[in-house]
Amino acid sequence: MQRTIIRELERLLGSSGVLSSPEDLLLYEYDGSVEEAGPDAIVFPRRKQDVVEIVKLANRYDLSIVGRGAGTGLSGGALAREGGIVLAFSRMNHILEIDAENQRAVVEPGVVNLDLSRAAEKYGLYFAPDPSSQKSCTIGGNVSENSGGPHTLAYGVTSNHVTGLEVVMPDAKVIRLGGRAMETPGYDLTGLMIGSEGTFALVTEVTVRLLRLPEDVRTLLAIYDSLGDATDSVVDITARGIIPAACEMLDGWTLRAVEAYVHAGFPLDSAAVLLMEVEGVREAAETQADEIIEVCRRHNAREVRRARDARERALLWKGRKEAFGAVGRVSPSYYVLDGVIPRTKLTPTLLRIEEIAKRYGFVIGNIFHAGDGNLHPLILFDHRDRDQFRRARAAGAEIMQLCVEMGGTLTGEHGVGMEKNELMPLMFTETDLDLMRKVRAAFNPVGRLNPGKVLPLGKGCGETRLQPFPQSAGGNA
Amino acid sequence: MSHVSPATGALESASPVHRESGFHGPDRPKDVDYLHCIHCGLCLNQCPTYRLWGLEADSPRGRIRQMVLVDEGRLPLGDSFVRHIDQCLDCRACETACPAGVEYGKLVEAARAQIEQNYRRPFSSRIARSLVYRHLLPYPRRIAAVARLVRLYQNSGLKTAARQSGLLRLFGLADREKLMPPVEQVFFFSRLGQTFPAQGQRRARVALFAGCISQVSFAALHEATIRVLTANGCEVVVPEGQLCCGALAAHAGVRDIARQLARANLDVFLREGFDAVITNAAGCGSTLKEYDQLFSADDPAHRKALEFRRKMRDATEFLDSLGLTAPMRELRVHVTYQDSCHLAHGQKIREAPRRLIRAVPGVELTEMRLSDNCCGSAGVYNVTQTQTSLELLAEKMQCAAETGAEAIVTANPGCLLQMRAGSEIHKTGQQVLHVMELLDRALRDVPASATSRL
Ligand SMILES: Cc1cc2nc3c(=O)[nH]c(=O)nc-3n(C[C@H](O)[C@H](O)[C@H](O)COP(=O)(O)OP(=O)(O)OC[C@H]3O[C@@H](n4cnc5c(N)ncnc54)[C@H](O)[C@@H]3O)c2cc1C
Ligand code: SF4
Ligand code: SF4
Repeated sequence: MQRTIIRELERLLGSSGVLSSPEDLLLYEYDGSVEEAGPDAIVFPRRKQDVVEIVKLANRYDLSIVGRGAGTGLSGGALAREGGIVLAFSRMNHILEIDAENQRAVVEPGVVNLDLSRAAEKYGLYFAPDPSSQKSCTIGGNVSENSGGPHTLAYGVTSNHVTGLEVVMPDAKVIRLGGRAMETPGYDLTGLMIGSEGTFALVTEVTVRLLRLPEDVRTLLAIYDSLGDATDSVVDITARGIIPAACEMLDGWTLRAVEAYVHAGFPLDSAAVLLMEVEGVREAAETQADEIIEVCRRHNAREVRRARDARERALLWKGRKEAFGAVGRVSPSYYVLDGVIPRTKLTPTLLRIEEIAKRYGFVIGNIFHAGDGNLHPLILFDHRDRDQFRRARAAGAEIMQLCVEMGGTLTGEHGVGMEKNELMPLMFTETDLDLMRKVRAAFNPVGRLNPGKVLPLGKGCGETRLQPFPQSAGGNA
Repeated sequence: MSHVSPATGALESASPVHRESGFHGPDRPKDVDYLHCIHCGLCLNQCPTYRLWGLEADSPRGRIRQMVLVDEGRLPLGDSFVRHIDQCLDCRACETACPAGVEYGKLVEAARAQIEQNYRRPFSSRIARSLVYRHLLPYPRRIAAVARLVRLYQNSGLKTAARQSGLLRLFGLADREKLMPPVEQVFFFSRLGQTFPAQGQRRARVALFAGCISQVSFAALHEATIRVLTANGCEVVVPEGQLCCGALAAHAGVRDIARQLARANLDVFLREGFDAVITNAAGCGSTLKEYDQLFSADDPAHRKALEFRRKMRDATEFLDSLGLTAPMRELRVHVTYQDSCHLAHGQKIREAPRRLIRAVPGVELTEMRLSDNCCGSAGVYNVTQTQTSLELLAEKMQCAAETGAEAIVTANPGCLLQMRAGSEIHKTGQQVLHVMELLDRALRDVPASATSRL
């Protein structure tokens, strides 16, 4: 990047607020995904006005801007696919206000998800969206990806917990969307902004709603000798109108990888475990727990355990929340997918995934938010082997295609980013995509923000776009 | 301006070109270790330096990536790499956070060994490092000699004069001077070779590891540890011939010295069949328990190190599992506990010290926020990276003060020093005690002082 631009940025932010050396650029080439792409500079604003000035400068020099939270994203969202400036929010990480009485908080976008819940804890409150990455990922990232977590089943995703946003538009105008109440008149622009993966505007402040910590929580672990029995239990539980706060499944391969590390007590010879949680006032939680145990038993659960105390509960959840990482102990890399299917199709889908695994010669572990049919198949491979990498992506594309075939979607919570943008035509017609382009253009007309993400790049014939990852595998975008 | 980097651009371009690794020789970060890192980022917010600066380069994930890049020949083993690896506290909070089981401590020590061997530091820094790691710490007599000089300074009017004249502040040394270990009147060296009988029925026979600087700065802590152990039925031997554990050298990448010290200590402590070898310094403990990492599997010292590891216990760990039997008087005092990094993250010991604290009648324990975040002591970090160290200390003192406790209890001499300085700098008035000192005060039959109740 030209020295003059760097100097201007430094004048705005101080020299500690700008990185541009080759050594530093290399460290913003990656995030939590398998994608890679590097920026030309990274800047660290400390306040809204800094963001405004950076955007003005980017406009003057015609540079792309990509927002970055903690870089835990799993679809390459925070990577500067076309170079330009990465705007890292790690220093805008202050909780501006916790209004305990009205169960609200106002935060800067770089606040870490778990730090917010910890700060709210002393008022008996918490921020409900709990992605498994919550100890590092930021609220800004959560808003941009509309992140969910195990407790999404009962409490919904980020958009259900954000009432207002302050954003800086690509033309450097500051806009406030929504407010302190859940509903505001007019179009729901807040809703539109949430999940836009940093392609509409830069989020500089978030107003969230906080929930009361439940009076009682019951955590159950059901252990199965067959995966089918486990999935049938999930279908049956929800069919009875029981909505657990969370309902997570780990298959045999994954639970063994996790157990080796967490020692949560998952039996190594089982085929699947279901981790479930019910919450509420004491009696209600108790009745629901009993009902669930009854259903699991009917579906041949070998055993159903109850966490006896907070410690056991934490241990079981550690097993689930750190499951991706535990896989890192076994394999140099993994490629995590994020498909959604109707709950009732769980069993046939898993069989088909197993078939794909065999055909490609990969181990594929399965972890999923079973309650809402959000699958996270993990393809294990070695990224140093280019051929394996290519095949892993091809296998991934087949699985995503399968999810769509089963009546589901390409992504539940990890976003489209630069990983799945070329697969969007699997789900959407050209008319749908055109409408999306128009919506994006209303916010971000010249593609200043996060270019090359979410929507397919090429406008070739539908046929080529259906080929899994022609761009990335070929090495030119 | 760099060109478009497509999705797999880096991989596509990196693999066909064979670049030479920036690491040389056997003491290097190994791919079997760093490949476990799946760059998930779950460690970022647990890392004290990332929390301070928000920079990928000063995060565990970024530091590991820099090692990978140097190994792949994409990043030079130069100033930038050295700066970020130097700025790491080696606190190992990232190991606790990492779900993939990355052994970061092992990686960073190997990276530092590479820096030590392949990077030329500025002259003054080379001299200072060589003096401390090669010519001072391994030699008890020299430590004693230097300590006497320092004591002279500390006792003479010089120290007060220097403080009052503002001379120290002028040199930016005011706070750094507070971080210097105070030298005690009686050194511990005289205890080497002595045996302290158990009171009452002997329940165990243990060896005490005495350390290097500790012998001149924490002799009183050692005495307290011996009193607590003997009161609880342990015969305590302080074997002669033991040397510095080598932790500071290993953390600095001076592996040859660390190995030399390890060999000597292995011989000394395995000579007799002790039930356990005890240390009251968590920092030493985690290195002592990991002596095996210093030796290749075919070195006889490796086998010895594994045997030694089975014996090696932190004082809190040992007493907690042995069970306290000595009667204790009531101490009406409100305390908070600071997890020493090398106890909590390095040795995964969190509950033992807390149980011991709660075992003292009358003691009230309030947890502080971020109790397992580094206090900034980190070996010699407070001297080499004083500014950062002081920032971490400020946050720590804030968290400790919020609890309203009268005393901070911890389990490592370095943390004691750091937080004693913190208590002075930030005028929080909190006492800082080692767990062993707290237990010792409950054992001793002296009347509680009116002000401290300790
Ligand atoms: C181990 C692991 C487990 C995970 N589990 C879950 C899970 O359970 N549920 C889930 O939903 N996700 C999960 N994720 C994915 C990821 O953590 C989430 O998408 C998270 O919300 C990303 O937050 P971040 O701060 O890391 O954002 P980044 O990765 O830094 O960025 C994500 C996107 O947000 C944009 N962005 C960030 N901040 C701003 C801002 N202030 N303004 C505008 N755009 C911005 C970026 O440009 C990018 O497009 C997981 C990831 C990992 C590694
Ligand atoms: S948590 Fe572990 S695997 Fe994840 S980035 Fe940090 S060191 Fe790597
Ligand atoms: S050892 Fe401590 S300072 Fe170093 S990377 Fe890990 S967490 Fe950060």
